[in-house]
Parts: sequence; structure tokens; C-alpha cells
Amino acid sequence: MSGLGGLTLAVPRGAMLGDTLDLLDRLGVDTTEVRANDRKLLFEEPGIVTMRPSDVATYVEAGAADIGVTGKDVLAEQSERAVYELLDLRFGPCVMVVATTAGEDRLAEALRRLGVMRVATKYPRIAARHFERTGRQAEIVEVKGSVELAPLTGLAEGIVDLTATGTTLRENGLVVREEILASTARLIANPVAHKLRAAALDDLVARMREALGRA
Amino acid sequence: MSTIHPTPSGTRDVLPDEMREVHAIVESVREVFDARGYGEVRTPALEYEQVLTRGDPAAADPAYKLFDEQGNVLVLRSDMTIPIARVVSTRYATVSPPLRFCYVAHAYRSVRPQRGQDREMLQAGIELVGVPEQAGTAEALTVLCEALDAIGLAGYRVGLGDASLYPALLDTYAVPVPARGRIMHELQTRDFVGLEREVDGLRLAAEATEALLSVPQRRGGVEALDAAGPAADGLRAVFAALPSPVAERVIFDLGLARSLGYYTGAVFEVYDAALGAPLGGGGRYDELLGRFGRDLPAAGWALNVERLHIALVGERRGERL
Repeated sequence: MSGLGGLTLAVPRGAMLGDTLDLLDRLGVDTTEVRANDRKLLFEEPGIVTMRPSDVATYVEAGAADIGVTGKDVLAEQSERAVYELLDLRFGPCVMVVATTAGEDRLAEALRRLGVMRVATKYPRIAARHFERTGRQAEIVEVKGSVELAPLTGLAEGIVDLTATGTTLRENGLVVREEILASTARLIANPVAHKLRAAALDDLVARMREALGRA
Repeated sequence: MSTIHPTPSGTRDVLPDEMREVHAIVESVREVFDARGYGEVRTPALEYEQVLTRGDPAAADPAYKLFDEQGNVLVLRSDMTIPIARVVSTRYATVSPPLRFCYVAHAYRSVRPQRGQDREMLQAGIELVGVPEQAGTAEALTVLCEALDAIGLAGYRVGLGDASLYPALLDTYAVPVPARGRIMHELQTRDFVGLEREVDGLRLAAEATEALLSVPQRRGGVEALDAAGPAADGLRAVFAALPSPVAERVIFDLGLARSLGYYTGAVFEVYDAALGAPLGGGGRYDELLGRFGRDLPAAGWALNVERLHIALVGERRGERL
């Protein structure tokens, strides 16, 4: 079998797009149109829909896409989604970290003197779970972007965010205090498609494993 | 401007147009139950917490709990299987099996509300008590398919697995207890990447690693059972006992893990290409009635009526995954 075998694949735009399309090329999927067109969202042939990485699990859970590529960070944040996690695609590596401004650890100080620390994040559930698990009281402040700004302006003492190279953190004078979880891209599948389209899906997973150099 | 009077999260009103269509579905299912000799029962929506937890510790995590005037903890039932197990052991304590019950009733679970997944859900289902092994499982599956046919669903399939199969495999390879819990958790949360990590971490022989990783991913026709060897003999016997229209609907799924803890043997789920989530499911629970003092084998299933309705509308509009 070649191509996607009739399955609809949700592809994340952003950092993981290039690696995802490169992998698809190696499987013989024609991605020229997706590469050429960054406004179009739906590509009937070969069966690709593009979206924000954090929406991939939503589309796949609902069956609006049969399979999808998204980060482990998204799956950890949306852990209640009923989707199969089939394959670690190994690209898009990054780490979920706790970071604060350099120098004295403002989080530790706030916890010691005020009893609660304020943490800004785009990942409220991962952050809340991490501080619960480590027995620290934290107020989670959800922001939608530029999390690094929060400790610089006094919105929060620290942040929980995803970092690949650490450049953005460094440029804003932040240092990593703790690592919460390592993330890479994952192939996920809708639970009904996993049964009803088993042959096409297993074939695709086998070809992906081969293309990634794993038996 | 009118004031807003919301309903609790995960509950909703059903108005006459929808209600008429829901009624048509329920009536079709009831005719099948009746023709097959299943008698309808109604039990209280509220049960004592200790009754539900006797059936399954997971039933202790229901959506709604309250106290009565004596301070007893009451919960809204999370399924109908445990209440019917209670009925069998108390109201039918001396009646000889087999017993056949059916219900169309609401159950309450603390799920994330979304389409086809309300916290108050209408279920239609059966419990077949006292018919063991393949004979009982085959009857339950046959009634299931007759009900789905009667509703008018054309494209449904039944995923069939065995709750005892993977634990038996873990026994075969002498997987130690703490790792077993983690492995079963990965399977139940559908995380094959996590399963691979846990199984690789055991450092077993190549053949054992291969079996533990590949068996739960086997899905398909009866040939999918070959991978599991004698551990799948139970499923082979069920398959042999199925009438051909039912057998044609079956997809074997050796990784099928249902969230309720009381299943002991065959487990199944219903899929339709018009909906991204299962329409319902069930299985064998041969130890549940014993916990209520009547040690009888049993099997049953429940269909989510709202999901049946969504799938039916979807099929007629030509939607498919």
C-alpha cells in the first residue's frame, strides 16, 4: 500500500510541520500542495488536514480525522482524550520545565514566605499536577502566549513552559529549575478508526517505523 | 430578556422532536428484548454507596453523591449491571437460573460532557445470568446484533476481546506485580508507546517482549487469534458458537480493555463508522454475582441510546470515518 491508505491525517502546523511532511514524503505521500499552500487547511488528496498542534487530539478523538501527529506535551495536557497513542515519531524533542528569573529562586521564596507560589503557563493541567505531586501549593495563572513575560513583570514568580533549545528562556533572563516531562511527536489514532480501519492503520504504522529506521 | 436557568453540567433537556426519534429506537430494542424472553426491570436511580462498591471499587467514583436523612452515603448508579446483580441475589435468591433481564434506564458518570457523552446517559441493555462460557456470551452477542439490526444501523461492527487474555500472558512470562499494574494502565489508557517503554524495561527474552507488545495490537478476523495461542481458546469457542450473521459483524481485538473492573472473560464494544466513539459494550462478569452472595456466571451489555441516535442520523446522511 502507498499513501495514507484512505485515512485522514491531522498534521500540526508550526514546529512539527516540516518533520511530519518529510516523514510523509518518505512514505510516498505527495505533500507538495501542503508545502506550497500555508493558508489552505484541507487537502482531500492525499487526505491531510492541518491545524494547531493542540487541536489535533480534539479532531482525532471526535473522529473528524482518523489519525494525527501531535506532541506528547499536548497529550499530557489533554490526558482525558480517548485516543490511541501508537508511535513515538522521535522528532520535535522538547522538555516541559519550571523556570524562573536567574539568581535567587523566587518560587521557593514565595512558597516559604507566602505559602503559595504563582506560576504562569499555557499548560495549566500539567503544571497543577506537577506541583500537587511534589507537595507544593501553587496558583496556576493561565496565559495564551509569551509566558516568559510573566516573571519579568511580576504576574508570577515562575513559569511552566515547553523549551527545545532554551534560547527564548535565556534571552529573557530565565533559568530552568526543574524538568517535568520530555516530549516528542506522537502518532495518535481515533479508537473507532483503530478497529474499523485496522489493516490500513497497521500498514501505515509499519511503514512509518521502517522510515524512522526502527523494525 | 429572559433570565438564564441552566441545567447541571453534562445534563440536558430532550424536546418532542428528538424524543420521538429516541422513542422509536427504544421501542425497536424493546421488541427484540421481548422476543428473546428478557424481562424489563426498573431499579432505584439512587443506591447505597456500599452496594455499588461491593460490585466494583471503581463504582465508588460516581458523578453524584449525597446523604440521606440518616447520614448514609447515596450515589446515583454509574451502570445498571451492579444494581441488577443486587436484584438477582436478593429478589431472586432461590429462583433457579437462567435469568434474563433487560432495562432502559439512566446511568450517571463523571465524564467530560461532549456530544454523545452526557453525565446522565440513557442506556438500553441486558443481563443474562446463569448461562456460562461461550453459550452465554454467544447469546448476549446475538441479542446485541438483533437489537442493532432492529434499530436500523447498517454498518456497525462488534469488537471482541477477552479481559483475561492479557493477564494470562503476563502470567506466562512471569511479569512481576508492580510492573503488571503499570502495563495494564498503559493498555487501559490506549498508550502503546508507554506499553513499549514498560515492556522494554522488563528486559525479557525477545520472544516474550514481542508477544507482550504485538498481541494487544492484533485486530481483525479469527486469524488474529493465532498470535495468542491457547490463551485465545475461549474466544475461539465463542466464535464457533455464533450464528453467521453475528460472526460476520465481529472484529477480534486482543487489546480491548474496558474501563469497568468486573469483567472476567469475553468483552466487547460496538463501533459504527458514523461516530468516533463506541456505541456501547459489555462482557462476561462471572465473579460479580458471587460478591452479592449468589455465585452465578453472567454476561451483559449496554448501548448508549444517544450515541445510537447520532450514529443512525449519521448513517442516513452518509457520514463515515
